Amino acid sequence: MVLSDFLSVLAGFWQNGPVQVALAVGGGAALVSAVVGVFTVLRGQAFAGHALADVSSAGGSASLLLGLRPLVGFFAMAALAAGGMEALGARAVRERDLVTGIVLGAGLGLTALFLYFDMTSTATTGAAVSVMFGSMFALAPGTVTLALGVAALALAASAALYRPLLLIALDPDLATIRGVRVRAVGFAHVVVLAMAVSLSAMTIGAILSTALLIGPAACGLRLARRTGTAIAIAAGLGLLATWGGIFLAYDSFYWTPGHGWPVSFFVVAIIVGAYALTGLRGRAG
Amino acid sequence: MFSSFMLNSWIVATIVAATAGLVGFFVVIRGASFAAHALPLSAFPGAAAAALLGVNEIAGLVGFAALGVLGINGFSRRGRPEVATALTLVLLLGVGTLLLSQSRDDAQLVYGLLFGQVLGVSRAEIVPIAALSAAASLATLMLLRPLLLSAVSPELAQARGVAPGRIDIAFLVIMALAETIALPVVGALLVFSLMVGPASAARNLTDRPWLGLALSVGLSVVTAWLAIALAYQTNWPIGFFVGGLGALAYAVGRAVRGAKS
Repeated sequence: MVLSDFLSVLAGFWQNGPVQVALAVGGGAALVSAVVGVFTVLRGQAFAGHALADVSSAGGSASLLLGLRPLVGFFAMAALAAGGMEALGARAVRERDLVTGIVLGAGLGLTALFLYFDMTSTATTGAAVSVMFGSMFALAPGTVTLALGVAALALAASAALYRPLLLIALDPDLATIRGVRVRAVGFAHVVVLAMAVSLSAMTIGAILSTALLIGPAACGLRLARRTGTAIAIAAGLGLLATWGGIFLAYDSFYWTPGHGWPVSFFVVAIIVGAYALTGLRGRAG
Repeated sequence: MFSSFMLNSWIVATIVAATAGLVGFFVVIRGASFAAHALPLSAFPGAAAAALLGVNEIAGLVGFAALGVLGINGFSRRGRPEVATALTLVLLLGVGTLLLSQSRDDAQLVYGLLFGQVLGVSRAEIVPIAALSAAASLATLMLLRPLLLSAVSPELAQARGVAPGRIDIAFLVIMALAETIALPVVGALLVFSLMVGPASAARNLTDRPWLGLALSVGLSVVTAWLAIALAYQTNWPIGFFVGGLGALAYAVGRAVRGAKS
């Protein structure tokens, strides 16, 4: 009986329109974030990745105001912030963190302003929640093509950047000697990072997209010695967390009648749980 | 702007900004921006939890801030500190989305907690805020030397008997306290901007630690006052002004440093 219940839930799950859109866009976001995330963790840029995602929320909230596609808004702002950090760039880690923080603060200030305009000029009272915490089940079906296109582009760019980026992450001096244009490759990485965070900001929310970027990548790097294997593990875990989260959130409508549990909660819970479990193996990562 | 219902805001803003300036100076020299950004966001779900359980909001915020400190510290033991910070942040925020979805809080409340509201505090909250602020400031002043020393030279600090792990945790606790009390006014997302912006300007304007500390406190208080006044006049969110003024302070500090050298 339990099994038949489960199967009937599953049948409804697959046929549900918003679920199909969420599975496609969320899957794309998870895949790109996992791949880009491995380089982000290796280069010690978790804060920068988080900051870009947060700042992208200013674009997400502006897009509601201007009637643009949310993904375009999220990406435009993330790319702008990436450029800003690069322009103010600093080599020392402490100075870099400070610059990241300053850009982050200014960007979040803009988010505050745009969300305020969203709430006063239009009827979108839930703008703050949907931009910051995601709107997985409220994605427009028309977004699928654009989102998957951006995801494909980001994956292709990551593949092209794979070798030089890895070299920079492991040994910047050697990379320079071998003729890698460190700044150009670094900037390209940040642009791909902006694509990844804007995809996941749209799905699980700007301030939570860090979970998809950092969590699976950190697990992959803990479990695998080879970067390629780490990327594969990260991609698998990211997909598992996102699709699992979507299924659990869909199912949760039956747990607490009236209001389901948010997808973002499940995605984050699965990812952090996996990170805690991989930590038990005892390898520092 | 100075009518009686605004008085609480002026008092609280002055207290929390002075504390933010003091603690923020060490955030900047210790390079702890990410933790400073993550802790108030981790504390934010505490307000939703407090609303669900019917307890005092500040108590909820302090409770979740403590979870944030424990999370960052616990995950850091077995892995990269910035990964630990990132995952603690998303874990507690994820719990926050769950609490918010169950409590059906109105969007206005979430917005206010994230981005700040000029009238975010009541008269009854002034005393606990002042007490927590005094605790954070006192702890900072008592640990002034080890905090400075371990930031400038960890090896020297260790040689003088300062345990690096312990001072890191102590500083996380101080940051968490200072930020939690500022959260209801400035907003969870912009608290760290009040800490980092004025302090970074102060550090660029002078190399003398005492003068820098005093400048940091002064600039932070002025930033908070300006932000409240501007928010009151325009009706725009206070977080916008805090973030913008923080960036402006940094830019001025960098320009002055550039002109000097």
